[in-house]
Amino acid sequence: MSEKKKLRVATTSLAGCFGCHMSFLDIDERLFTLLEHVDFDRSPLTDIKTVTPGTDIGIIEGGLCNAENVHVLREFRANCKVLIALGACAINGGLPAQRNSLSLPAIFDEVYHSGFGLTNSLIPNDPELPLVLDQVHPIHEVVKVDYFVPGCPPSGDAIWKVLTDLLAGKEPTLQHGLMHYD
Amino acid sequence: MNPTFTLDGRAIPFLPGQTILQAATAAGVFIPHLCYHPEFKPHGSCKLCTVKVNGRHTASCTMQAAPGMSVESETEEINGERRALTQMLFVEGNHYCPSCEKSGDCQLQATAYHLGMMSPHYDHFFPNRPVDASHPEVLLDFNRCILCSLCVRASRDVDGKNVFALSGRGIDTHLIVNAASGKLADTDFTLADKAAQVCPVGVILKKRKGFAVPIGERTYDKAPIASVAVAGEK
Repeated sequence: MSEKKKLRVATTSLAGCFGCHMSFLDIDERLFTLLEHVDFDRSPLTDIKTVTPGTDIGIIEGGLCNAENVHVLREFRANCKVLIALGACAINGGLPAQRNSLSLPAIFDEVYHSGFGLTNSLIPNDPELPLVLDQVHPIHEVVKVDYFVPGCPPSGDAIWKVLTDLLAGKEPTLQHGLMHYD
Repeated sequence: MNPTFTLDGRAIPFLPGQTILQAATAAGVFIPHLCYHPEFKPHGSCKLCTVKVNGRHTASCTMQAAPGMSVESETEEINGERRALTQMLFVEGNHYCPSCEKSGDCQLQATAYHLGMMSPHYDHFFPNRPVDASHPEVLLDFNRCILCSLCVRASRDVDGKNVFALSGRGIDTHLIVNAASGKLADTDFTLADKAAQVCPVGVILKKRKGFAVPIGERTYDKAPIASVAVAGEK
């Protein structure tokens, strides 16, 4: 059997809930088939902290709600040949973007000062904390994104379909039943 | 025998006075549309139903069929334009399907699926559109309005109440409620109104009825909009 070179895949969750990564694991035993074709680079599955230059596929869950999200996204774009937006939040900001019509001071006030049951309220300002963006943005508004997989989360079957289409060198498509925005 | 025109090479019979969209639907051919509803006079504003008639773009919901017309609809060019229009509708409003009660029953969403819309493509406007929860039975969530004017037409032409209107021009066009306060509670709108039934998206919603039908078991979860529409729209 000829050893075909494995593709290197990196994944991350930005302003997401890890639901898309959980759904990714829903491909179940097909993970073994996938591992015949790919190696994982930076990912919550490996705990590697940086993306290796020349990585073939980067998969991004979640949108951009703070400066660190933007930094990580740019690192993925700089080091991945193909970038995939996985799930509703990466595609349109999703649930976190529903804060976009509110001002940041109003949100901080509600969350840290005037909200129910708060005592000794302080807005966290440790220099290690990434600065919050004034609005949550989908990732294609900051870097070029090659493919999008909609869904909240996309089903394991939808993720599998897109990955196998890509591995087969085809343009990924989702037919009725796999294409979902909810 | 009825006269015919050709739609993507297929002969479509029509009755005098029928539009291209009506004749196509009757013949079992789906043409995407959002502001058209079979029970109302066409508005011709969403442009999703655009086709090429003898090489020229026109809205098929307002264009009357004529013998020998050559109509193109399912082409890469036309569907690409329809997809771009749909993407613009998504970014101009706040369309968060996962938290919308209309998801799965929404014609905007189902049309986007039909057109293979994998991303919104454009930058989002994230407009600030406060909801109107004043009415005891109905919630108005303007974030999802696509300005199809179906509620305007239903309230004016069927209910005789004129509860809704489109105000402003161009990108500033928005749905308003005809009351001095601007609130739905200060109109004679009721759940029994035709206008309460026609919203293709999730703007006009019955209160306290959330997620009675689970996600995954809704209209367009079961069948794509193309087959639902030609089988007879509600």
